[in-house]
Amino acid sequence: MRELKFKPKSKLREFLGEKFIAVNAMVALIAILLIFVFIFKEALPVFTDPEVQEEASVGKMLFKQEYYEGRDPKFSWQPNSEVPKFSLYPLFLGTIKAALIAMLVAIPLGVGSAIYSSEFAGRRTREIIKPAIEMLAAIPSVVLGFFALMILATFLQDTFGLLFRLNAINAGIALGLAVVPIIFTVAEDAMTSVPRELRDAAIALGANPWQVSITMVLPAAMPGIAAGIVLGFGRAVGETMIVLMASGNAAIVSGSFVESIRTFSATIAAELAEVVFGDTHYTVLFFIGSLLFIFTFIINLAGDMILDRLKHRLQGKTR
Amino acid sequence: MATRAFVTDNPAPVETLSFRPKSSGVIPRGLTFLAVLLILLILAIIMGSIVWGGAGVVSWDFLSSPPEDGMEAGGVFPAIFGTVALVLLMVIAVVPIGVLTAIFMQEYTTPDSRFTRLIRVAINNLAGVPSIVFGLFGMGFFIAFVGGGLDTLFFSNSDGPVWGQPAIIWAALTLALLTLPVVIVSTEEALKTIPRELKEASYALGGTRLQTIWRVIVPQAMPGIFTGAILAISRGAGEVAPIMFTGAAYYLPYLPTKLNDQFMELGYHIYVMATQSPDIEKTKPILFGTVLVLLLLTFALNSVAVVIRSRMRKSRADAS
Amino acid sequence: MHRDMSVKEAERKIAEKSMNIQPRVKVSATNLNFFYGKLQALHDVSLDMEENRVTALIGPSGCGKSTFLRTLNRMNETIPGTRLEGTVTLDGRNIYREFDEPSQIRTRVGMVFQKSNPFPKSIYENVAYGLRVNGIKEKHLIDQVVEESLKRAALWEEVKDKLDHSAFMLSGGQQQRLCIARALAVRPEVILMDEPASALDPISTSRIEDLIAELKNSFTIVIVTHNMQQAARVSDYTAFFFEGQLIEAGETQQMFTRPGIKKTEDYITGRFG
Repeated sequence: MRELKFKPKSKLREFLGEKFIAVNAMVALIAILLIFVFIFKEALPVFTDPEVQEEASVGKMLFKQEYYEGRDPKFSWQPNSEVPKFSLYPLFLGTIKAALIAMLVAIPLGVGSAIYSSEFAGRRTREIIKPAIEMLAAIPSVVLGFFALMILATFLQDTFGLLFRLNAINAGIALGLAVVPIIFTVAEDAMTSVPRELRDAAIALGANPWQVSITMVLPAAMPGIAAGIVLGFGRAVGETMIVLMASGNAAIVSGSFVESIRTFSATIAAELAEVVFGDTHYTVLFFIGSLLFIFTFIINLAGDMILDRLKHRLQGKTR
Repeated sequence: MATRAFVTDNPAPVETLSFRPKSSGVIPRGLTFLAVLLILLILAIIMGSIVWGGAGVVSWDFLSSPPEDGMEAGGVFPAIFGTVALVLLMVIAVVPIGVLTAIFMQEYTTPDSRFTRLIRVAINNLAGVPSIVFGLFGMGFFIAFVGGGLDTLFFSNSDGPVWGQPAIIWAALTLALLTLPVVIVSTEEALKTIPRELKEASYALGGTRLQTIWRVIVPQAMPGIFTGAILAISRGAGEVAPIMFTGAAYYLPYLPTKLNDQFMELGYHIYVMATQSPDIEKTKPILFGTVLVLLLLTFALNSVAVVIRSRMRKSRADAS
Repeated sequence: MHRDMSVKEAERKIAEKSMNIQPRVKVSATNLNFFYGKLQALHDVSLDMEENRVTALIGPSGCGKSTFLRTLNRMNETIPGTRLEGTVTLDGRNIYREFDEPSQIRTRVGMVFQKSNPFPKSIYENVAYGLRVNGIKEKHLIDQVVEESLKRAALWEEVKDKLDHSAFMLSGGQQQRLCIARALAVRPEVILMDEPASALDPISTSRIEDLIAELKNSFTIVIVTHNMQQAARVSDYTAFFFEGQLIEAGETQQMFTRPGIKKTEDYITGRFG
């Protein structure tokens, strides 16, 4: 038998390998921190630079301003006019209107189809529903925006005789379609992870399958459904291309849902290409970006926390 | 819980419970089914209208020739080329980082350690950051900070910016960050299904951790890694907001050949044609054709990913 | 066949006695305490395992016998959040202190697992794996060792024409013998077996047991089993574990006929477990 001469193991290589892998794993963490730092850095002059504050201090962005002497103070977003106006209120209103419509569309569709898929559907039906939802999720938002712009808008205008072709409802519906898959996935996941024993216990007491669904599964999975809705709302607020293409982009202060709107995200997309690097307008757009970032960060953190708790509770663990 | 009704006008034996006959559950069933039908219907309308409008336009000529007459004629070849180049660069950047992150999360740490939880939070949040914020970040970090930094360091003699301007590399890196969670999650899913016994067999034969990862774990996770890459491509190919300030161009008479070239891209091309065209009626057929191409591309990629994933799950089920 | 074996066995023992060969302690564990997080799985376990002998570890499930086995080649270290106190020596050298890399010790102390766990590779590559990760590159040497290992695991005749087939093509018993061949290929001195036959049918089990009897001429073998008969058949020494403690250890024959402690007797006669 020939002697086997094993190569000695290099401890250094193992050590360096582990460190290299760990460094890569930090990329996601570093990315989040860098996004935070770089977006805020550009928005910082809003708080520090008197020249920027002249036109766009936090107060000026939040409250009504008297832009021309003698006229009533008002909210206005007109960054390129002779007297630049940077009130965020019209954009906030537009964002909320679009997101509201989107949720009105997406909650019934998303939660409803999730309940059907998890509680009523046979295996075959489920094998249609899930790929269909995946398909919907795979449609690029620019395509949904295109659909709303070219087809949905015309349909809505002709059917309801609307004055403005591109409006909050039009954008909101398309936005809702982008949100449906998020709500569906999270809600369905929550419902299917309700333990069998809970269902069996209720069935053993003489409940119908659908009664089990309504009285057992739904309440148990409710936090998951809520998390889906919260995460969906986050997406609706942050989504850009759909509203950019389908909303008309007019920064109007109005309660009407059939008028044009301009959202935070669309404002950045539409205006960033034209701004002068470092000027007030540029700074304000990054300030809006910071708001979007903080908002979605909180939304995601909240959604994750709810789901984490739910997972532990359904598995019978206490934290 | 079943509804029970006590028969109140009959005080006699308490054990007589009269159960109400069960309703059949038609209403909840019907309502939720309606939601499913509506989704399918909407999907059919979207697909149908786009295929209807675009099928007549898409031809070999359309795919292989550049736009003409201010985008009112011609094809979309430069946009397809740009999209492919963009997602290839993105994949080269995102797959190694994503796979190594997943390996770190699954093989080197316990799920409860504080560091792991922190990274988990970062990954989840990265997935939720609005794509337009990625666009802002790409502009502020990659173009201004990294690119601008390179220019001041090495190209101070050059006339204009060399790296500190919108370019395909910056767009690709921005997209890589955006799709990083997709790759991580998909790889992790594959790593979780690798039986512990296989790793132990390797350790028991004198394999070190790195050798075990490289020779046993990564080959086993290959389908999952591949799925992640494809899903990332599909997602990246459809995103417009992150690239509109970091490298995508309205129109370019040439194809990108260098990392700091700008490029045309299908999604951005759609946006430009749909919103900036002087005569939308003239552009319409080409527009529909372009949308159809983008949609087919994303769906084809997704189907491949779905097939690989289901095969992977099936082979796991067979093996156990 | 078993009778045959025990005759041989007896002859060997007589021969050893006449030549005055004292069995040498190969692996020695002293005062082992082992923790999964806060849960203590081993309590002050000390046990010597002799060269060219089979030591069987028995006890009810969860008694710590597998945990103990895994401390002998540092496999316990692959589970995060665990902690070990005490010493394990191989030929008198502390395997936790005197070897930098746990993988070094594992080429000298091999392991066969409960569920056969071939890699999703060819039969050949399965056996060659241990050589490759230890830096052996010469093709003819690998060929030679693969053949030799498969022969020692009594699998060569069955697979010599299909070495490039997937290991999953083999039956359960063959897969387990492949795993044994794979462990033999790195030429370990000690082989740890964690219930190697628990998932197999009686015929495959008896082949594995024959193999163990054969292998102990060249190796030190430590085997975990929940099968009393198996322990009685294959082992020279038996150690009985209960609730993380080593209750009793001694020559198998004595343990099974005249156990010194009541608990051992109860377990062996099947009153619990």
